[in-house]
Amino acid sequence: MPTEEARTAIELNVNGITHRLDVSPRWSLADVLRHQLGLTGTHVGCEQGVCGACTVWLDGLPVRSCLMFGVQAQGHQVTTVEGITPSTGLSPLQTAFQEHHALQCGFCTPGMLLTAQALLDRNPKAEEGEIRAALSGNLCRCTGYQFIVDAVLAARDAGRDA
Amino acid sequence: MKPAAFEYIQAASVEEAIQALADHPQAKILAGGQSLVPLMNFRLNRPGMLVDVNNIDDLATIAVKDAGLAIGSLVRHQRLVEDALIGDRLPILAQAASHIGHWAIRNRGTIGGSLAHADPAAELVALMIALNGTLVVRSHRGVRRLTADEFFLGYFTTALEPTEIIVQCEIPAPTGRMGFSEVVRRPGDFALAGAIVAQSGAAGWVTWFGLGSRPERFSVSHWGQDDGERHAMLGELATRMMLAEDEEYKRDIAVNAAMRAYRQIKEGK
Ligand SMILES: Cc1cc2nc3c(=O)[nH]c(=O)nc-3n(C[C@H](O)[C@H](O)[C@H](O)COP(=O)(O)OP(=O)(O)OC[C@H]3O[C@@H](n4cnc5c(N)ncnc54)[C@H](O)[C@@H]3O)c2cc1C
Ligand code: FES
Ligand code: FES
Repeated sequence: MPTEEARTAIELNVNGITHRLDVSPRWSLADVLRHQLGLTGTHVGCEQGVCGACTVWLDGLPVRSCLMFGVQAQGHQVTTVEGITPSTGLSPLQTAFQEHHALQCGFCTPGMLLTAQALLDRNPKAEEGEIRAALSGNLCRCTGYQFIVDAVLAARDAGRDA
Repeated sequence: MKPAAFEYIQAASVEEAIQALADHPQAKILAGGQSLVPLMNFRLNRPGMLVDVNNIDDLATIAVKDAGLAIGSLVRHQRLVEDALIGDRLPILAQAASHIGHWAIRNRGTIGGSLAHADPAAELVALMIALNGTLVVRSHRGVRRLTADEFFLGYFTTALEPTEIIVQCEIPAPTGRMGFSEVVRRPGDFALAGAIVAQSGAAGWVTWFGLGSRPERFSVSHWGQDDGERHAMLGELATRMMLAEDEEYKRDIAVNAAMRAYRQIKEGK
């Protein structure tokens, strides 16, 4: 990135940690997360809001980090896929993805996980139709989606038993 | 791709925002960013300055006004879907908003941004035209009130001046019962075509979106005795919105959307 661009000092809260950063206003939140903070779990695909690979949570709700500028995330809590991953092992939803073969190349997976986890957090009894509707904003080129839906259903049912 | 460089201001109040627009001719409002930022990422739009209005709480209000609702321009689509007051007084607005994009898009996109963007297939533009809502806009010169008919001029074109900001949308409560239907290839896509219809007694109206250069509302003097009559009547009306012969397919979709929307009323949904 060119260094001559004017930078703005911001405080960014990501996964519970506050970072002080100098950013150019034109840098997307996705690029700030990846390039400034090394949080490369957030993937960048289309940069036009369509694919969902860059999905993160802003104050607990899924948003496109390619359609927000890093400067705009000041004063909010940003959560990335690293933030919903336990320090050792996998979350129940991640385990369900593994067990149900819900990923192949894995490019879509962080966005899928964040969307599905946000849905289950808000609605632990989400029905298959609601799960499919929520995931319709995340594209996957590999799995054909069925295994992803299976995984989310399994995580939902495991959560219900717990 | 990445956007061109721009100056960035966070406006703390409507006054600050309109002052910035007055002082900087190259400035543009940044609301939810769900239409503007894709254009900037592809360098189809290169504003020299962005005035971010996301922190202006005064623009994020929903209130009862006369028989309808006054909705601040910064109210996000997902809130339109979930808000209790809207569900109670203007459920058709919640229904329309639920068809916008995907959850993550609705969590950011705003009603003001959708109306300023004026996509001919936008659900909220259609609803404003269907219910003949009023847009309240402000600049350093003062306040203007424009009806939806005056505001929407055509393809992505409105009567908004570059120095003006939409502050509020006033939507009167509908008379009669209403239905909404749209046809999309996948959930979350922009509609190929859609319809909002109303019925009171034998008469009512239909508003189509996604065909033509902006949504249009047509009076219906008689909804017809049966599906056949209704289909023929709607087909004739929809022809008036066709821009070219090759839109025949779209016209068929539009007619079917209106039929479905009407059926919704009949089924009491
Ligand atoms: C994948 C995807 C799918 C989508 N699907 C749909 C869909 O099915 N239906 C649909 O209707 N929309 C859809 N959208 C667009 C979405 O509704 C946008 O939220 C909306 O069009 C713009 O609102 P915004 O708040 O994001 O505005 P922004 O992108 O911030 O701004 C859009 C334009 O409006 C101007 N503006 C914004 N606020 C104001 C204001 N208060 N006063 C004056 N000017 C203002 C900006 O300067 C800019 O020119 C989709 C978007 C994406 C990315
Ligand atoms: S990269 Fe953000 S939605 Fe595709
Ligand atoms: S696993 Fe490859 S895109 Fe989904």
